[in-house]
Amino acid sequence: MFATRPDARPPGAPTVEVLVEGRPTVVPEGATAAAALLLAGISSNRTTPVTGAPRLPFCMMGVCFDCLAEIDGVANRQACMVAVRPGMRITRQEGARVAYEDDAA
Amino acid sequence: MTPERFDAILIGGGLVGAAIGFGLQRLGLNCLLLDEGDIAFRASRGNFGLVWVQSKGLGAPHYQRWTRGSAEEWPSLAADLQARTGIGTGLQQPGGVSLCLSEEEFEARSAYMARLQREAGNFGLDYRMIRGAEARDMLPGLGPKVVGLSWTPYDGHASPLYLLRALHRGFTDLGGIYRPNARLTGSRAAPNDFRIEAGDYIAEAPRVVLTAGLGNAELAPRFGLEAPVRPERGQILVTERARTLLPMPTVSLRQTEEGSILIGDSKEDAGFDVAQKPEIMRRMAQRAVQCFPWIAELNLVRAWSALRVMAPDGLPIYDQSARFPGAFTANCHSGVTLAGTHANRLAPMIAAGALDPALDLFTARRFDVRHAA
Repeated sequence: MFATRPDARPPGAPTVEVLVEGRPTVVPEGATAAAALLLAGISSNRTTPVTGAPRLPFCMMGVCFDCLAEIDGVANRQACMVAVRPGMRITRQEGARVAYEDDAA
Repeated sequence: MTPERFDAILIGGGLVGAAIGFGLQRLGLNCLLLDEGDIAFRASRGNFGLVWVQSKGLGAPHYQRWTRGSAEEWPSLAADLQARTGIGTGLQQPGGVSLCLSEEEFEARSAYMARLQREAGNFGLDYRMIRGAEARDMLPGLGPKVVGLSWTPYDGHASPLYLLRALHRGFTDLGGIYRPNARLTGSRAAPNDFRIEAGDYIAEAPRVVLTAGLGNAELAPRFGLEAPVRPERGQILVTERARTLLPMPTVSLRQTEEGSILIGDSKEDAGFDVAQKPEIMRRMAQRAVQCFPWIAELNLVRAWSALRVMAPDGLPIYDQSARFPGAFTANCHSGVTLAGTHANRLAPMIAAGALDPALDLFTARRFDVRHAA
């Protein structure tokens, strides 16, 4: 039921490489995309829809929604609820997502 | 304990009680607002947030006028609350639409709106039935199943929670006394002389206003009134926030000021059960996606149900007690829509001690069984 904490793993444990804002980032296998955001050292992963305030992952357990990011092209994903896969593309979520784009626009 | 004296006591601190209380306090009356607490059904916390005119009052022109009057009062109420409390209610009144997913629905809606307009008489009712390409120009990403819509310029929406907070803040800033967790435990009624007890607390006033939602059914007879209201369950689905896309609300969909899309308008007779039912939620989501297919890509982040306060004919009930003048009752399922009239028109009537004759048709006596003498 409980996954092992990445930092509790022995040296030499398997890692995967993901892309955080296009930059290759090595993270422990089984870690979450939110952990990858923190390991990448970016100053914020999203801005809030109403005031534009910057956010970083906070609760790491699916409650606070502060870790929202675009993952493999899907907007507004809770990064702390997504396990990393090799080559995963994780990018910032700027404000509210776009729900629909008019062809004419 | 020595009773505290007030000019008016409101029993029920939801949107109806808070709007009337704010209106009375603004007129200089010294008011007490009693609130039951979190065990109450709290319809005001579950409200969808429409300021809605176009689906109300068929066969009841007085209700059509009252509702439209409230939509007219809303801008001044919202501005007053903003100025006094700094709390914005998110009011937008860009007009609203009701979408039709089949020719049958479109024909039925056309007939409904035509009849509503006839009943409005000289008061008038602006509306249009709009089809195809024009409807698609009004609303981005409208689904191919939508054959048309009805539109009126009167409709809008607002945040029920900010409205409730602003009314409470406005009320207490003006010196009104708010007492939460104060379920009524006793009362004594005499003409223009009322005493209420909530545990050890006792208060007296020449006016009492029953605004307890579903609780009014039990409270009203103590004050020589009737409020035969029943619960009607409504469920709501909420999506993640998205960039502002919908320029106006529909009767079952609205995008909040912050970007969430609310899906609502279910109606069930489920007694006092506030459970949520997957089959209803599924039907609501399916219809939403038929209206706007892009909604299918959005995540749902919250859902809830709440109980509307419904009279047998679905209309509000307003009364003053004949036996105990000074006792009033206000009951409705549109606490947001009617906040404008409750604060700006009904409160002055209660302060003056008489309901306007325009409200005569809203009396609960309309439910009395008629019999030949």
